[in-house]
Amino acid sequence: MSTSFKSAPSSTLSSKIISTRTIYDFHGGIHPEEMKGLSNQTPIVQPPIPPKLVLPLQQHIGKPSQLIVELGQRVLKGQKLADADGMISVALHAPTSGIIDSIIDHPIAHPSGESGACIVLIPDGKDEWCELEPCEHYEHLSVSKIQAKVREAGVAGMGGAGFPTEVKLHPPHHDKVATLILNAAECEPYITADDRLMRERADEVVQGMEIMAYALQPGECIIGIEDNKPEAIAALREAAKETNIDVCVIPTKYPSGGEKQIIKILTDKEVPNGQIPADIGVMCQNVGTAAAIYRAVRFGEPLISRVTTLTGEGIQQPGNVEALLGTPIDWLLSQYGFQANKTERLIMGGPMMGFTLKHIETPIVKTTNCILAPTHKDLPPPPPAQACIRCGLCADVCPAVLLPQQLYWFSRAQEYDKAEHHNLFDCIECGACSYVCPSSIPLVQYYRHAKGEIKQQKQDQLKSDQARERFEARQFRLDREQAEKDAKRKARAENAAKAQAAKKAAEAVDAGTETQANTASDDTTDTKKVAIQAALDRSKEKSQANNASKPEEVIDIDALKTAWDKTQAKLDKMHDALDDAKVNNPDQVDKLTRAVEKNQMRVTQAKQAWQKASASQNTEAETKIEPAAEAEKPDIEALTTALEKAQSKLDKMQDALDNAQPEQVEKLTRAVDKNKVRVNQAKQAWEDASASQIAKVKINAEAVTEAEKQSDITEQPDVEALESALDKAQSKLEKMQDALENAQPEQVEKLTRAVEKNKVRVQAAENALKAATSATKQNGEQ
Amino acid sequence: MSVIVTAILALLGLAAVFGALLGFASIRFKVDGNPIVDEIDSLLPQTQCGQCGHPGCRPYAESIADGGDINKCPPGGEATIQALAELLDVEATPLDSEHGEEIPKQVAIIREDECIGCTKCIQACPIDAILGSAKHMHTVIASECTGCDLCVEPCPVDCIDMVPVDQGLAAWHWNSPKDQNIIATDKMGLVAEGANLS
Repeated sequence: MSTSFKSAPSSTLSSKIISTRTIYDFHGGIHPEEMKGLSNQTPIVQPPIPPKLVLPLQQHIGKPSQLIVELGQRVLKGQKLADADGMISVALHAPTSGIIDSIIDHPIAHPSGESGACIVLIPDGKDEWCELEPCEHYEHLSVSKIQAKVREAGVAGMGGAGFPTEVKLHPPHHDKVATLILNAAECEPYITADDRLMRERADEVVQGMEIMAYALQPGECIIGIEDNKPEAIAALREAAKETNIDVCVIPTKYPSGGEKQIIKILTDKEVPNGQIPADIGVMCQNVGTAAAIYRAVRFGEPLISRVTTLTGEGIQQPGNVEALLGTPIDWLLSQYGFQANKTERLIMGGPMMGFTLKHIETPIVKTTNCILAPTHKDLPPPPPAQACIRCGLCADVCPAVLLPQQLYWFSRAQEYDKAEHHNLFDCIECGACSYVCPSSIPLVQYYRHAKGEIKQQKQDQLKSDQARERFEARQFRLDREQAEKDAKRKARAENAAKAQAAKKAAEAVDAGTETQANTASDDTTDTKKVAIQAALDRSKEKSQANNASKPEEVIDIDALKTAWDKTQAKLDKMHDALDDAKVNNPDQVDKLTRAVEKNQMRVTQAKQAWQKASASQNTEAETKIEPAAEAEKPDIEALTTALEKAQSKLDKMQDALDNAQPEQVEKLTRAVDKNKVRVNQAKQAWEDASASQIAKVKINAEAVTEAEKQSDITEQPDVEALESALDKAQSKLEKMQDALENAQPEQVEKLTRAVEKNKVRVQAAENALKAATSATKQNGEQ
Repeated sequence: MSVIVTAILALLGLAAVFGALLGFASIRFKVDGNPIVDEIDSLLPQTQCGQCGHPGCRPYAESIADGGDINKCPPGGEATIQALAELLDVEATPLDSEHGEEIPKQVAIIREDECIGCTKCIQACPIDAILGSAKHMHTVIASECTGCDLCVEPCPVDCIDMVPVDQGLAAWHWNSPKDQNIIATDKMGLVAEGANLS
C-alpha cells in the first residue's frame, strides 16, 4: 500500500540536486487520489470586495478577541477591530475600509455549525489602508519587537489549527530550538493553497521563515515539501539559494503534513505522548503563516486575507483565491460558478480532515485553507458501516502507531478509560483508518466523539471536585461555628452555676428560713408521701384480710384512687413549675428536677397500690360467688333468663343472617357465632347451677325429710322452667331446620353445624328436665 | 518425640513472628474510614442536592457502600449509575424516577432587582456559591453553582430561576456516529431523489 521513498519519481529528481539530508519514514499512511490538478493550474486570483464581511471574534485557538470598535464606526483597511485577550489570543483587523454595521451571532466555521459573535463590516468600496509601519530590514528589529509585530498583526497558524503564531516565536525556556520546520507538505487531497502560494510567492515564504529563524535561532531550518509539487519545490529552491534553509523533498504520503509526522520524517524524532514539539526542540510552522509573518514584519500588514482553494466538481472555475477574511462563502463561491444543484455538501478543509459546513453563509476565517464542493460522484456518502472483520488494515495505516480496532471497541462501548489507556489522545484524527476500512466503519468519528466525551467527563470531574471541596469547607465552617456557640453556652452556664453556688452559700450562712422556703415544695410532697404510705399500708392489710367486708374495700380502693389522682396532679404541677424554672430560673432547675423525680416515684407507688387493691377486690368478688350459690333459686332464675335472652338474641341474629345481603353475611355470621358461644356459656352456667341445685336438693331431701313440701315448692317452678326451656330449644331447633332446608348452598354447612349444636342443647335440656323430674319424683316418694 | 516438639516449637515461633508482623502492619498501615466510600463519592456529581434522600453526596456514597441502591442520583444520571455499577460490580439499574428525572445541567440565576436580601438562599446553598449580605442584593457565582436548586424553595419572593447551562462551543464535541447515518438510503434523501430521476 505504501509507496517506498526510492520509487517516487520526483524525489529521485530532487535527490540529484540536494540529497544531503536523510529522510525517514513514519508508520502507516495512505495514498488517496490527489485531485490537486483541479485547482493548481491557475494563479491566485483576487476576488472583488464582497458587499458584506462577517468577522468572527474567534478565528483561532484560545480566548476570543476583545472588541474595540463601536457600531457605526468607520474603519480603515488594516485597522484593529478587536484586541488579543491574554496570551493565547490574537487581534482581528478590518479586511477593507467600511462601516461597522452590527455585532451579531452568526454561523461560524465550526463543525457544530453553531453561531458565534461576529462583527459585520459593510465595505465602502474605497479599500483605504490605515497607516502601516513597514520595515525594510527585520535584522534591525529586536526579537521582542518582531514578536510584538506578529502579535499585533493577528497572525495565527494558517495550516488549520489556528494557534497564535506569536507564542511559537518564543523559544522554549529550557533550551533553544534545534530544528525549525516549515511544513509545506500539504498532504491532503484537493488542497493547493500552499502549493500556489509557494509557486507565486516563494520569496515571501522564505523571508518569512528567515524572520522566524531570527526570532528562534534554531540549529537548522528545513522546509518539508511533498514531491508532488515540483514547481513549488523549484521556486523554493530558487528563493532559498542564498540562505541556509534546506528545502527537503519528502515522498507523497498522507498524512505527512501532520506535525508529528513531518517531524518524524525530517528528524526521526518522535513527540512523546502528552508533549509538544517544542519539548523535543522542534518548532513547526505552516507556509502560509511564514508568508503572513513576512508581510506583517516587512510591510506592517496585519492578517486580513488568506489564500483559499476553491475546488471540487461543483465549482466551474476552481482555483485559489486570496479571499478577505469574513467573506461569506456563498458569495465567494457564486463568483466562481458554484453549481449548488451538483453538490450535496460543502466541506471546509480537505476531504480527510475537513468538516461539512452546515451553513453556506459561513465566512472565510484565518484557518480556511480550502472550500471543497464535491459532487455526489466525487465524494459519495459512506456506505453503511458493516461489522468489523478484524482485517487489521487500520492498524497498518495508522500514522500514530495506535490500535484503531481496540480504540473502536472501547469508544463504541463507552469504555473511555480503556480507550485512554490505548493512547486515544495520540490519535491525530487523520482519518486514514476510516479511509481503508473495508467495512466502512466511521472509525475516526468514534475517536472524535470519545475524545470529546472524555474531555467533558474530566471537566465535570474537576467541577465536582471543586464542589466537594467547597461543600466540605462549608461543613467545616458550620461545625466550627456550632462548636464555638456550644463552648460559649457552656461557659455561660458554668459561670451562672458558680454565681448561684456562691449566693446559696451566703444565704445558708445568713438564715435557715430561706432554705426552708426553698424546700417548701419538698415538705408538701413529704406529707403527701405519709398519706400515701398510710393508704398503702391500709390496702395491704385489707388484701391480707381476704374476708374483709366489701364496702370497706370499696372505700379503700376509692381512697387509693384519689390519692393516686392527687399525686398525679401534683406531679403535673411540678412539671409545669420545672418548665417555668427552665426558662426563668435556671438555678432552681436541678432541685425541681429531683423533686419531680421523687414525685414520679410516689405516683407509681400509689398507682401500684391502687392496682393491687382493685385486684384483691376482684379476687374477693370471685370468691364471693361460692357463698352466692346459697341463694340457688334466684341465681338459677337469673341464669335462665340470661340464657333465654341470649337465645332470643341469637334467634334474631339468625333471622337477620337469613335475610342478610351477601356482603353483610360474613359479619353477621361472626356475630352469630359469638352469640352462640355466649348462649353456650349461659347454658353451661345454667346447667351447672341446676345440677348443683339438684344435688343440693338431693342432699336436702335425704337430710331433711320433714321439709318435703317446701322442697316441692322450690323445685316445682324449676322443673317447669326447664320444661319451657326445652320447648323453646326444640322450637328453635325446628326453626333452624326449616332455615336449613331453605338455605343457600354456601350457608348450608354453617347452618348444619348450628342445628347440630342446637340438637345437643335440646338433648341437654331434656336430660336436665328428666333429672329434675326424677329428682322431684324421688322427693315426692320420699 | 523430640522431633515433634522441635516441629511444634518451630511452628509456634513462626506463628509468633508472623502474628507480630501482621499485628504491626494492621496498626502501621491502618486505613481510616472505608476507602470504597471515597471512591464512590468521587463518582458522584457533588451537587449536594439531596434528591437521593441523603443529606449530601457523601452520605449517599456511604449508603451505597452499605449495599444501598445505586440509582438514586438524578443529577448524575445514567452515566453515574454505569460508573457505580462498574466500580461495585453490580448490575446497572435504570434511574429511580421517585428521586427525579435526569435533566440537562442547570445553573441558578437570581433576578437581582427582585432580591430583597433575606440571605435565605445563602444559608441554603450547600457549596457557598451565593454571594450577598443582609438587605443587600445576592448573586450566584455561576461557575461554582452545581444547579442543585436548593436555593429556589427558601426564596420568599421567588426571584431565583434555574436555567439550563449554555456551555457554548468550548464544550461542544462530536456526536457518536453510532446514532447517525446508519442506512445508506437515509442519506439526506439523495439516494431516493436519484431513484426518482431514473
